[in-house]
Amino acid sequence: MADIELLPHNVPSQSELPELVEELTTLNLGPTHPATHGIFQNVLKMDGEKIVSGEQTIGYIHRAFEKIAERRPFYQITTLTDRMNYCSSPINNMGWHMTVEKLLGIEVPKRAQYIRVLMMELARITDHIICNSILGVDTGAFTGFLYVMQKREEVYEIYEEVCGARLTTNMGRVGGMERDLSSTAIRKIKEFIKSFPPVLRELEKLLNRNRIFMDRTINVGPISQERALSYGFTGPNLRAAGIDYDVRVMNPYSSYEDFDFEVPIGQNGDTFDRYMVRNEEMWQSLKIVEQAINNLPEGPYYADAPEFYLPPKQEVYKNMEALIYHFKIVMGEIDAPAGEVYHAVEGGNGELGFYLISDGGRAPYRLHFRRPSFIYYQAYPEMCKGSSLSDAILTMSSMNVIAGELDA
Amino acid sequence: MLTNQEVAEGLLEKFGDQVFGFEEPYGLLTLSTTREDILPLMEFLKDHKTWQVIFLTDLTGVQYPDNKGQEFVVVYHLHSFVHNFRIRIKVALSEADLHIPTATGLFASANWMERETYDFFGILFDGHPNLRRILNIEEMDYFPMRKEYPMEDATREDKIDALFGR
Repeated sequence: MADIELLPHNVPSQSELPELVEELTTLNLGPTHPATHGIFQNVLKMDGEKIVSGEQTIGYIHRAFEKIAERRPFYQITTLTDRMNYCSSPINNMGWHMTVEKLLGIEVPKRAQYIRVLMMELARITDHIICNSILGVDTGAFTGFLYVMQKREEVYEIYEEVCGARLTTNMGRVGGMERDLSSTAIRKIKEFIKSFPPVLRELEKLLNRNRIFMDRTINVGPISQERALSYGFTGPNLRAAGIDYDVRVMNPYSSYEDFDFEVPIGQNGDTFDRYMVRNEEMWQSLKIVEQAINNLPEGPYYADAPEFYLPPKQEVYKNMEALIYHFKIVMGEIDAPAGEVYHAVEGGNGELGFYLISDGGRAPYRLHFRRPSFIYYQAYPEMCKGSSLSDAILTMSSMNVIAGELDA
Repeated sequence: MLTNQEVAEGLLEKFGDQVFGFEEPYGLLTLSTTREDILPLMEFLKDHKTWQVIFLTDLTGVQYPDNKGQEFVVVYHLHSFVHNFRIRIKVALSEADLHIPTATGLFASANWMERETYDFFGILFDGHPNLRRILNIEEMDYFPMRKEYPMEDATREDKIDALFGR
């Protein structure tokens, strides 16, 4: 082997080395990142894999619903509420109708109330099913998501049967429902009640006691009771922290007092508890759906409030008064009484409130939506502080922040 | 079960003239106070041993442009889970002086709700840690929810209010 002459090589001494500087990485999570399930931006300061602090930017799909609502007759605002929590639009719709009915003092017949409960609980199932199965996707289990999506499709078919639309439902009317449950709708609901439990049980089998899933979610993004209350948490996220506040129980609306169901609560307020609470809530919702369809009262499906509820179309052609009411309602010439109402329903994510001020005109003087996502999402930096990025993603998806509701 | 009467009497006893305008629209106790007393009032409700009104449900603004001297109103909805009791508190502000102390010290949730109210109406919450716009772009130089900004283009002639009942 030939001799190789090594060139002289200067090794710098320790003191000559440039000093190591520690610095944080800034990471832009979003606005359009597949893992955030919506348009939110989080500017995270990272120390390696750990999150040091985060700053949120929201408002990417702000559509000024509150401003638009000030120019619209009451019945046209339903379409705005659809687009808030689009995973469970019927709850938003019904919440709005009930707010207006409270203002007008309309008593809705039992049958309509039961149909509303039925639709709201189906909506809650679709809402939670998305949240939980997406959480599965984020932990690496894609199968469950596609499997339960079939069931959501069936619920959407029921919506279609009841109101003609699927996603942005615009369901029901001020004063009741726009049509009665058809025999097809009843058949589809009964089929769903039969076919859903095995599917949900299979999703449970896939995730609930899955070692990987548990390791990924237990103690991830926890929040204490005190902080959750201070941050205005409601709904499943608050219940996961151990506080049994449910609007359906505390301020029953639409005959919820007639139904027998339980309010599941968690203990630690972490991602796993949020998952488990939603999981159990689906069973309870199914129970309510079953009770509602079995005990569906006979009678009219809309209130006797001709000034606010559109008359049947056949009447409009024959009956002078019906024609006048039809015209006045469609043209938005019906004035509501002056008043101030706050009405809350238990939405998919928590207390969905409508604060309505009417000055006696055709449109609200001021309408404010209390959007649960908007209020609790501000706790996110605190919840993911010190956790790794992949855990922060799970925390966000288990909080079920819906962009439409966040930005309104 | 906490009644509106009981709370109203308790507040009158504690705050005297500083709480006024008691109403019960649709059964919800509504009262007004001044901006000097809003924080002590909410603190009193929150720390009260039996009432425990610990939850800030909602915080928003309303504008009444014709109400000279009291053009803006900040509305708080509070809730006591123990008694299932809700209360609505209003604070009127004049357009010339839109300052009100922040509630972020009492409720962490007030942070974004106050930012939203600032964003929509321009109400300034003194002491707020980060009073910036939240839903609209930061370059915006007006407050869109105010009544002087109509929804539709005023130059349009095809939408006549008289014909459309508006």
